[in-house]
Amino acid sequence: MAKMTMVQALNLALRQRMEADDSVIVLGEDVGRDGGVFRVTDGLIDQFGENRSVDTPLAESAIVGMGIGMAVFGLRPVCEMQFSGFSYQAFHQIESHAARLRRRSRGRFTVPMVVRAPYGGGVRALEHHSESREAFYAHIPGLKMVIPSGPRNARALLVSAIEDPDPVIFFEPKAVYRAFREEVPEAEERLPLSRSQLVREGRHVTLVAYGAMVRPTLEAADQLQAHSGIEAEVIDLLTISPIDDELFTASVKKTGHAVVVHEAPKSFGPGAEIIARMMEKSFYYLEAPIIRVTGYDTMFPLFAREQWYLPNARRIARAVQETLKH
Amino acid sequence: MPKSELELPYRIEVLSVLDETGHLDQALEPELTPEMLPRLHRTMLLGRRFDERMLSLQRQGRIGTFPPIKGQEASQLGAVAALEANDWMVPCFREMVAQLWRGARLENFLLYYAGFDEAVAIGAEQHDLPVSIPVASQLPHAVGLAWSIKYRNQPQVAMTFFGDGATSEGDFHEALNFASVFQLPVVFVCQNNQWAISIPRHRQTHSRTLAQKALAYDMPGIQVDGNDLLAVFRAAREAVERARGGGGPTLIECVTYRMSVHTTADDPSRYRTDAEVEEWVKRDPLERFQRYCIDKGVLDQTRIEQLEQEIAAEIQEAVGRAEAKMKQEPDPMDLFEHMYDQLPRTLVEQREAFTRQLAAEREEARHG
Ligand SMILES: Cc1ncc(C[n+]2csc(CCOP(=O)(O)OP(=O)(O)O)c2C)c(N)n1
Ligand SMILES: [Mg+2]
Repeated sequence: MAKMTMVQALNLALRQRMEADDSVIVLGEDVGRDGGVFRVTDGLIDQFGENRSVDTPLAESAIVGMGIGMAVFGLRPVCEMQFSGFSYQAFHQIESHAARLRRRSRGRFTVPMVVRAPYGGGVRALEHHSESREAFYAHIPGLKMVIPSGPRNARALLVSAIEDPDPVIFFEPKAVYRAFREEVPEAEERLPLSRSQLVREGRHVTLVAYGAMVRPTLEAADQLQAHSGIEAEVIDLLTISPIDDELFTASVKKTGHAVVVHEAPKSFGPGAEIIARMMEKSFYYLEAPIIRVTGYDTMFPLFAREQWYLPNARRIARAVQETLKH
Repeated sequence: MPKSELELPYRIEVLSVLDETGHLDQALEPELTPEMLPRLHRTMLLGRRFDERMLSLQRQGRIGTFPPIKGQEASQLGAVAALEANDWMVPCFREMVAQLWRGARLENFLLYYAGFDEAVAIGAEQHDLPVSIPVASQLPHAVGLAWSIKYRNQPQVAMTFFGDGATSEGDFHEALNFASVFQLPVVFVCQNNQWAISIPRHRQTHSRTLAQKALAYDMPGIQVDGNDLLAVFRAAREAVERARGGGGPTLIECVTYRMSVHTTADDPSRYRTDAEVEEWVKRDPLERFQRYCIDKGVLDQTRIEQLEQEIAAEIQEAVGRAEAKMKQEPDPMDLFEHMYDQLPRTLVEQREAFTRQLAAEREEARHG
């Protein structure tokens, strides 16, 4: 086992899938010679050639649209959007075609395609490079929307996403890309999509987070334990849609309290869906209103102010204390 | 019907006035007033020196990521110099020197790239849109401005900037088509700097030129030596005059070179050779124009040295002002500014919660 950053782990996932299956093709802007602006596709062009690590012209709509054609033909395209903020140029291809072709052809055609995109704030980036707009994609029936939180699960989820018979939008938290390393086994690992994970056990409150927010959530849980003896249970969603509501509703039945964390804007965000399901499935066990710790319904600020926009451990811990007052 | 051919009388004009050896084609030399020449030269020099300074500030961690303009001064400045102040200018993100010409302030570039939202404020008298990072997305805006200019019968034009990479986006083609269908007063200025991050110009399009893309929309397309300010100015002035006179849109391809990194987050050694860069350094637009100004007698070595000092001081003062601002904690409440005409109740609530949170944090900080 080697200690890897998320970038290296994603690279490993792509490399091994490409070795195992010559229908796996990576395409996008600067993914070949440059190895991707974050180096996720580093070295793939040397190992697999420019027909499998394809530097395309600058056009997201054509990248995803072409991916759809390739997928229909039987290939397994892995499209890269350089930043999730530039995936909107491909939005109509995703919504109008990728998500629908299976049903529109009564199952004759499918789109086993992955669209990868770095998302999220916290890296002192330029405008349009920090947003978390996973809700756009999570809202589309027919798509899967996956967000890993660390190197090891990123690798395992990407392998599963590539093998999945349906289109998967795969958002990568760029704040985590090089933030820490984890042991990642050489042998291919898979994690099932639509399955969340319990990452910390606790009795008093359920915290649900995903992506870059998992770390500050765990940090908050540690602080709460150390300073107030509060035992928080933390669930890492991993797949946003189709959502796994079994684990968190079971957890809420145990704790009676919940806080949901995401950096996406508050209104109509994934938190709203999570909480609605808690209400539907564990209402009688709830002892207090559920709190959302999220980005605001404002534009993501330029980076001098991003620390105030993004949820952090303190904000999360305060929300937990507030919900436990009840 | 037998097979026949449709002869389309298309050609692409290629324009160079002052070549890299210093040879001047006097027949093509545009008239630039004696006031204009030194002003253009000074702005070009300021742009070059400021770009260098920003790069060093970035390398020292004093500002964040930014896209240098080195090598593209002539193609930006030559184009924008053909505009009147109340014409519209619609930039992408690599037009620092064109924006300086239009009145942008040095410290606002520094503050913008240091992450301060205040820096995007635009003066009421300015007809300049903010930078646009999503590639090619600003082109339709220029078309909309031009449509309104025509609708209101104003003597204005709109000029928009974009790179070679942008010509691959749908927005580019849609904008050109609209501009042509409606015969609008808009000038499309393509900064063909040979690279879109790591993708070379020949991998961006199989076409021999970018200018020829105009032909599909039946609008004039011209390719100019983008490192020759005189050629760019000449082409731009002609396009602006045509647009103002009701003659419709033009596409100008400025053939230039990005001498520096794509942005400070980029490592060009992964995709291009130093030898290639060296070739283009020989065609430096600043040196070429400086030589021309000297030949014209509006500049000499003493004046250049004087200018260098003036500019260094001007930049130093701007850095001082910007850094003084950066040292102050930005006002957190600004998060909620300029979201809507009226802040909706949902956001008023969020702002109140935010205020309470800040107060709680201050309290915590005080008690350790
Ligand atoms: C729609 C969109 N896709 C991707 C990007 C990321 N990106 C920023 S600049 C750039 C290359 C632009 O090349 P070009 O148009 O030639 O302009 P240049 O950077 O060379 O000035 C890319 C891919 C973006 N900003 N917008
Ligand atoms: Mg370019």
